[in-house]
Amino acid sequence: MVNPQMVMYEEEFNQIQAVVDRLVREANAKVVFIVDKNGQLIAASGEVDNIDTTSLASLTAGNIAATGGIAKLLRENEFATQFHEGENANIHIQLVGNRVILVVIFDSKSSLGLVRLRVRKASEELSRIFEALLSKVQEPGGDSPFAEITDEDIDNLFND
Amino acid sequence: MAFINKAAREINCKIVYYGPGLCGKTTNLQYIFERATPESKGKMISLATETDRTLFFDFLPLSLGEVGGMKTRFHLYTVPGQVFYDASRKLILKGADAVIFVADSQEARHDANIESLDNLRTNMQETGLDPDATPFILQYNKRDLPDVESVDDLNAALNPRGVPSIEAVARTGVGVFETLKLTAKVLMTDLRKKMGSPT
Ligand SMILES: Nc1nc2c(ncn2[C@@H]2O[C@H](COP(=O)(O)OP(=O)(O)OP(=O)(O)O)[C@@H](O)[C@H]2O)c(=O)[nH]1
Ligand SMILES: [Mg+2]
Repeated sequence: MVNPQMVMYEEEFNQIQAVVDRLVREANAKVVFIVDKNGQLIAASGEVDNIDTTSLASLTAGNIAATGGIAKLLRENEFATQFHEGENANIHIQLVGNRVILVVIFDSKSSLGLVRLRVRKASEELSRIFEALLSKVQEPGGDSPFAEITDEDIDNLFND
Repeated sequence: MAFINKAAREINCKIVYYGPGLCGKTTNLQYIFERATPESKGKMISLATETDRTLFFDFLPLSLGEVGGMKTRFHLYTVPGQVFYDASRKLILKGADAVIFVADSQEARHDANIESLDNLRTNMQETGLDPDATPFILQYNKRDLPDVESVDDLNAALNPRGVPSIEAVARTGVGVFETLKLTAKVLMTDLRKKMGSPT
């Protein structure tokens, strides 16, 4: 298969959620979220109600893709960390295991030093979780979430 | 690459609109955004030049109901069609679960369509997508204009694989949802096959 699909299971999902929940607290952040390189939101924590996480996910993935393209032209490894400082909000973007993107949004209640420190620890944990997840997905004989989906279900998808 | 979240019971897929400059990719997304129900759509993001040409991408998240108890979420993207934005086009194409090629039916755009379709094949190969196996739909757009090629001629030039094609006038919405629905069906059927169906 050219492109193995990414599957998220309950167990790993809870582990990931626990990591981002803790990162929000320990880094004094406003929002923390995790996106895959395609821009799909995987998990979010913090003041997510005040923020359009879907749009942010797509734009950060686009941003990482663009800087990744620049790195390639310069024959650099991917730029794993980005930081943008605003007047009120700052954003720290970290590529984890070259697979997912960890985004931390924070204000003056925190500092870049603290965020960096906590992101480093969280990245290591996330790397482990995603590695475990990937080997699980590649295991043969896992129950397909599509097992119960019929042609009719697919046909009905749009008939609203 | 679809993202299947069993914990949240969600299937997330990426659909990319491809095609030559000014063929109407952004117009497709704008129409979908205008007509989709507020519950089903998120914000549309357009990273465009001052003259409204796509610079990096347009993005529109859309939910299309449930299938087998899983919510379906489609991320629609358009690429920039202008030839010199090729590097960006490649980045957006990456990880697509289905591609819609929007052709400009005008005779004057015959060569531009062929060139863009060629470019799509190359870029699919370079980003690890199999051009002959990835779900693929053709849309023949701008059918309202006077100097358009016949559908037969367009098929002969652009559709050797004989994939489904749909006539459209994206500016007024003709064929826009039909194209999307058909693509979503082909995509879901393909995904079910890849994930291993019970049959
Ligand atoms: N007559 C007519 N005009 C159309 C149709 N669809 C799009 N247009 C017009 O064509 C022009 C270009 O449309 P866009 O949707 O911006 O084209 P695009 O493919 O996104 O172009 P790039 O972003 O440069 O790649 C706009 O002025 C549209 O209004 C159509 O079906 N008929
Ligand atoms: Mg456009």
